[in-house]
Amino acid sequence: MSAVVVENVSKQYQIGHLHRATTFREALVNIAKRPFAGDRRNLETIWALKDVNLKAEGGEVVGIIGRNGAGKSTLLKVLSKITYPTSGRVKVTGRIASLLEVGTGFHSELTGRENIYLNGSILGMRKKEIDAKLDAIIDFGGVERFIDTPIKRFSSGMRLRLGFAVAAHLDPDVLLVDEVLAVGDVEFQKKCLDTMDSLHTGGRTVLFVSHNLAAIENLCPRSVWIDEGKVRMDGESKDVIKAYLGTFAGAGKRGLDLRNIATRGGSGEIKFTALEFFGLDGQPLKVIRSGDNLVLRLHYMSEAPVKGPHFGVQIYSDLGTRITSLSTWAAGLDIPEVIDKEGYVDLVIDFLNLMPGRYYLSLWLKSVGATAYDVLDHCAAFDVEAADFYGSGKGIDGRFGIIFLPCRWKMQGMQAGGTEQEFK
Amino acid sequence: MSEYLSEIWQYRELFYFLIWRDVKVRYKQTLLGAAWAVIQPFCTMIVFTLFFRNMANMPSDGIPYPIFTYSALIPWTYLSQAITNAGNSLVASSNLFTKVYFPRVAIPASSAFSGLVDFAIASTVLLGMMVYYEFTPRWTLLLWPLLLIPLVMLALGIGMIFAALNVKYRDVRYALPFVTQIWLFLTPIIYPTSIIPEQFRPLLALNPLVGIIEGFRATLFANRTMDWGMFAISMIMTTTIFIAGNVYFRKTERIFADIV
Repeated sequence: MSAVVVENVSKQYQIGHLHRATTFREALVNIAKRPFAGDRRNLETIWALKDVNLKAEGGEVVGIIGRNGAGKSTLLKVLSKITYPTSGRVKVTGRIASLLEVGTGFHSELTGRENIYLNGSILGMRKKEIDAKLDAIIDFGGVERFIDTPIKRFSSGMRLRLGFAVAAHLDPDVLLVDEVLAVGDVEFQKKCLDTMDSLHTGGRTVLFVSHNLAAIENLCPRSVWIDEGKVRMDGESKDVIKAYLGTFAGAGKRGLDLRNIATRGGSGEIKFTALEFFGLDGQPLKVIRSGDNLVLRLHYMSEAPVKGPHFGVQIYSDLGTRITSLSTWAAGLDIPEVIDKEGYVDLVIDFLNLMPGRYYLSLWLKSVGATAYDVLDHCAAFDVEAADFYGSGKGIDGRFGIIFLPCRWKMQGMQAGGTEQEFK
Repeated sequence: MSEYLSEIWQYRELFYFLIWRDVKVRYKQTLLGAAWAVIQPFCTMIVFTLFFRNMANMPSDGIPYPIFTYSALIPWTYLSQAITNAGNSLVASSNLFTKVYFPRVAIPASSAFSGLVDFAIASTVLLGMMVYYEFTPRWTLLLWPLLLIPLVMLALGIGMIFAALNVKYRDVRYALPFVTQIWLFLTPIIYPTSIIPEQFRPLLALNPLVGIIEGFRATLFANRTMDWGMFAISMIMTTTIFIAGNVYFRKTERIFADIV
């Protein structure tokens, strides 16, 4: 018998809060305006999930991948009964625990110990069970010294460790995990991944949503790719991830349209219109790999001539760390005036020394006097794939950090197996 | 229905921990701690005594006015706080029920039940006042906790309706204090039921709190006769509100996480 069965599940959300009454007053006004229309007429709806079918056998560990807003989290919410499907059926056999965030229900006035009980019972643990595991939880979280201190005195890292410690001691038949690893320091992430790894042996069914494709490939033999609310592909993780990454190159080929991004800052005299990724050879990139060369083409548009603009690009890690800021200003370039109404600038990166993972771009256009013309925060994402940069067959793993350095090792006074390695 | 109840039973420990959290948090980092449970009804009693007894000469059926009004203020304070806390509880805990599944009723219910601690503390002061005014406690005093059943049912019913409405319409939060304020004056707390003309009393009893509060008073004082007709009307109203609250909550809880 399958542990998780999802049959023809669809979930519709109503969007456009402009029209939905959120106060009595608005509800009354709506009724007064259109006494017979109800308040359905102007509602826009979207399908977060559409006819999703999915089965997971007992003991299977399944990764769920897809872009932001593809419906991954909605699927987990439907599975965990937090929200109900508009149509279709969900059946989960056995005790279920959902980890959509770490430390759900923590109360800052309560002590660490008290919060373990609260959080544990919210996640479905029995008091007896928490009593028995209390020492192990405290030990795992590494917060013994502060366990009787209100957690408002905890650092965010300590809270996180405590929350994960409770979660790691859950013993459900079916575990749903949503991107909880995308936070915290590297060492802690590693600990979490190790714990996740040990889930294999527990014989429980795990559905694991993550953007961390390396982790998915490591932990989940099978993956499901959700795209626009539908199951686009279901199969061996390696194949699914490859197919999924392939679509990002496709997006690069067409270029990313930036004209309709609503959440932009700046005066708008000159604006970004599109972003394209190329190789140095001018060919659109299928995949971006560690160590590749890369050209970012920034298309812009201006209505009137603009004096002295500077172009800037910032790259962020998927944890939100700013890795670098690149700009025409810092490079000492001087652009006296932009006359053409449309054009582009190319940012040429000869050597992309980013580890595999997902990165975000922010773009800005400012004048020397710091007038912001156009500011786009986190407007584009790109995935860097692993490459066998050192030619060793070992690859470069996203878990090793954010950047890597071209380097070589020289051996002295020992018998090295290989020859001295030169950087190409 | 039985599924609903068995699920609540299954999650009983969560109910317990949520109540425990509410009680624990309420008096953390406060100067006077649990004394607040007494201060509010006690000070209200002093104010009422000064204004309504000493200045307006309000009758109190031959019972010393302070104890007459305090005995009603205990259930009243419980009820008004329980429906205010329960009414705001879902919105305040939206970070919980959008992340984890458990019976949603646990949230308003724990708010309503945690107020019972205050009720118990305030009741001990009532015992002190009985000694001071030289009332001999009667066996009927044992019925005092029994009357908590309809009182809590009423608080749950109303609290669940307001909690569910509040998820959908945020101005419910502003309506709550207003509702409790009006309700105070529609209930024989400041005044005795006896000043209401007899023919209007069944109408008064439609306010379910009337029968309950008269019941609380009747357990204390020997000379009071219980108006059973009025009490019955109040019990029917209480049960109706309790059922209506559960039905409405059940009907809407499926979409809480989508609209909050």
